[in-house]
Amino acid sequence: MDPLAAIKVTFFQECEEQLAELEAGLLAMEEGDHDPEIVNAVFRAVHSIKGGAGAFSLEDLVRFSHVFETALDRIRSGAIEADQEAIKLLLRSADVLADHVRAARDGGTVDVGRSQAMAEALAALAEGDGSGEAEADAGDDFGDFEFKPVAFDMGEIAAEPAPTSATFNVRFYPQAALYQKANESGLLLRELTRLGDIEVELDTSGLPMLAELNPEDAYLGWTIAVTGENLTETAVREVFEWVDGDCYLDIAQTGVAAPEAPFEGASIDAMGGEVDVLALIRAAQEAEIAPAPTATATAITAGPAKQKEQALDAKAQATAREASPQTIRVDLERVDRLIDLVGELVINQAMLAQRVAECGLQRASSVAVGLDDLEHLTREIQDSVMAIRAQPVKSVFQRFPRLVREIAAMTGKEVRLIMDGENTEVDKTVIERLSDPLTHMIRNAIDHGLESPEDRVAAGKPREGVVRLAALHRSGRIVIEISDDGRGINRSRVKQIAVDKGLIAPDANLSDEEIDNLIFMAGFSTAATVSDISGRGVGMDVVRRSIQSLGGRINISSRPGQGSTFTLSLPLTLAVLDGMVVTVAGQTLVAPLTAIIESLQPKAADVKSLGPNAHVIAIRDSHVPLIDIGRSLGYRTVTPPPTEGVALLVEGEGGARAALMVDAIQGQRQVVIKSLEANYRPVPGIAAATILGDGRVALILDIDAVMVPKPHAAGATTSGADAARPASASELPLAMAG
Amino acid sequence: MTEPTHTQTGERMELISFRIGEQEFCVDIMSVREIRGWTPATPLPQSPGFVKGVINLRGAVLPIVDLAARMGLAVTEPSERHVIIVTRIGDQQVGLLVDAVCDIITIGGEAVQQTPDVACETVKTFVKGLLALEGRMISLISLEYVLPELRVEATGAELAA
Repeated sequence: MDPLAAIKVTFFQECEEQLAELEAGLLAMEEGDHDPEIVNAVFRAVHSIKGGAGAFSLEDLVRFSHVFETALDRIRSGAIEADQEAIKLLLRSADVLADHVRAARDGGTVDVGRSQAMAEALAALAEGDGSGEAEADAGDDFGDFEFKPVAFDMGEIAAEPAPTSATFNVRFYPQAALYQKANESGLLLRELTRLGDIEVELDTSGLPMLAELNPEDAYLGWTIAVTGENLTETAVREVFEWVDGDCYLDIAQTGVAAPEAPFEGASIDAMGGEVDVLALIRAAQEAEIAPAPTATATAITAGPAKQKEQALDAKAQATAREASPQTIRVDLERVDRLIDLVGELVINQAMLAQRVAECGLQRASSVAVGLDDLEHLTREIQDSVMAIRAQPVKSVFQRFPRLVREIAAMTGKEVRLIMDGENTEVDKTVIERLSDPLTHMIRNAIDHGLESPEDRVAAGKPREGVVRLAALHRSGRIVIEISDDGRGINRSRVKQIAVDKGLIAPDANLSDEEIDNLIFMAGFSTAATVSDISGRGVGMDVVRRSIQSLGGRINISSRPGQGSTFTLSLPLTLAVLDGMVVTVAGQTLVAPLTAIIESLQPKAADVKSLGPNAHVIAIRDSHVPLIDIGRSLGYRTVTPPPTEGVALLVEGEGGARAALMVDAIQGQRQVVIKSLEANYRPVPGIAAATILGDGRVALILDIDAVMVPKPHAAGATTSGADAARPASASELPLAMAG
Repeated sequence: MTEPTHTQTGERMELISFRIGEQEFCVDIMSVREIRGWTPATPLPQSPGFVKGVINLRGAVLPIVDLAARMGLAVTEPSERHVIIVTRIGDQQVGLLVDAVCDIITIGGEAVQQTPDVACETVKTFVKGLLALEGRMISLISLEYVLPELRVEATGAELAA
């Protein structure tokens, strides 16, 4: 990848972050937070995007972000008020801006009409108070941005002469030692601009002829006039604190001071960071220092990179109360490699422990004690490494405000989205696969769950419906709740539909909970009319399936007239799995704990034959198929008497239950998941493999696959549960070999 | 499926030769990652009979192919004296179960003779060519067809039956 492309990639990554910040800020404003820092943060986000876009000549993006920025600047300066209408407009503009960014990145196109309309609305907003200044902004020459993407009208604001200004004349002549210590005059000059307006005069008189020039020596000097509000000599001197002794420095006050305000002199406008670069460039131009090599270089590189650095500085100050932690970007492959290695360490440690135990050493012996310590340490390393991959669910959640706005607009409903626990962390692989099901469920919550504003008022509820999205950690899993305060599930209608579609018998006697869970059945969709929003041919069964493929569970609770809550419970990572280790026909297998409801010892009286080959077992009042894992996987051809084994009552993805016969249960264990496909290919009935403490490979059962009767095994027996999931027919393993 | 290939003449190649029953075979040394003793494999359900199962190769799950059974010879009853040749085939690592490893031989490409036209399909599939060395006949194995792919599963099942 060429360097520019690499920078571009970084730019787009940063754009995503800026967009997230923008949206978060706007939402906070919508909540009524009028902290000027939030407005500043929002402004900076758009400003940074514009700056970078200018550097890459992304014209459309520059144009739109400029209009956006102008409007935000008017709000920031207090010229116009950010009322709810304005904020809604800004939020929609943020969506369009995101579209622009994506179009610039992926080469797609933006809805021109929408963008245009939004830009006009923004311009209208910016001109809200009819001030001439805004028009001047709007008329700003776009061409400028290609060369100085940071340039904006900030200079004017900062340059506004303050009534209590003081001017200091600084003579600054760096010595070679200053540069040797990796200091940079340009940065110091820039630092000065934080104190106020500066005028720089470059002294090139010390510059020798080129032939005599020693590249390591310092020849240039500057005379700087700093004018700033309540400026003190100490503040100016502090700028040069780190280069004290490595330069000639003379600071003298020349301007008229305002003696009554000596203390607040150091107060810095948080946006000063963006002002200075323009000021520096302007100062540089005014000083006509173009021929001086170091000085021009400084002025030019003071473009996007430093501007950003500066913006980060400002941000650091601004968000000091949030104390954002330091982060680094790491190639995901490296992290995965580390996780693999730690997985092997865990296995090795377990093997070692087993060997030591086989040696018959005392538990109190120093070797055994040392091994215990090693085990703790290994677990801790594993947890820490897993934590590296963990990411806040925020990265998924942050897409939803926009989704909610769009669906609300489409359905004509008024919706407020409340998000909680966005910082709850979960493994990246889980996050990636959460987006689709959550999107679907939020669509459903608005489309089916919430009533129209009129209906809500009629029902004595506020016009605005609330959809709440919350994430939290609970006993080693992440729980995500999607709730709405809508009408709740219409049970009689749900049941009627299920009967009409032949999913349940007309006379079935179902509890409320069972009825609610009918919506997860395949072929069930309550939308009377297929709408553009939720009727996309997929229903809650797909949601359920994708959650279960993540090793998760989904539950619904609903109260008529008060709303519904969907609760997802997911493992924190896909790299390890809680499993029940069992023995079948001499083989050790692992059954995912999430699928297991209970284990029981079958009594002879409960096991009944059904047809020539099939058996069912009576568990309380229901009969579930009894499946011998050993036979279904082809380990044996004759099933031992069920009473000699243990039955695992499992629930598959369609909600269907079965009792899986195993010979014995060894125990519960967390296992590291290893792919079979990496070196082999998918094996029917087997989800993956793992390595146990004895160093041998154990296979992890694919519960859903073993539950499906094989075509040749039981003739045409098709249980109701299977009829409900015709899609699984295509997933059927081919007939067993031999 | 494969044309018996002639390696470019003059090019030296190193081969690892091994024994299955009375016959001697060899593979290109570049595709061999390591050689290790037999460890019990975990059988894979619903796999062709020549797939002995999977073993743990330093944290990776490695399928073991009984090369004898794969080539239609007698199914190997593995013991501690048997050897697994860990090979790299494409993106995958596969262990080949053989009776014993013989030696490393260096030959010129011209030493590879075309496989005689015998009726056996297996031979045509797996044997790229023959080497004559000190009175021994060594078959050069082509590894691409060792592991069954999904689309050739039916064939695999037949072989297993």
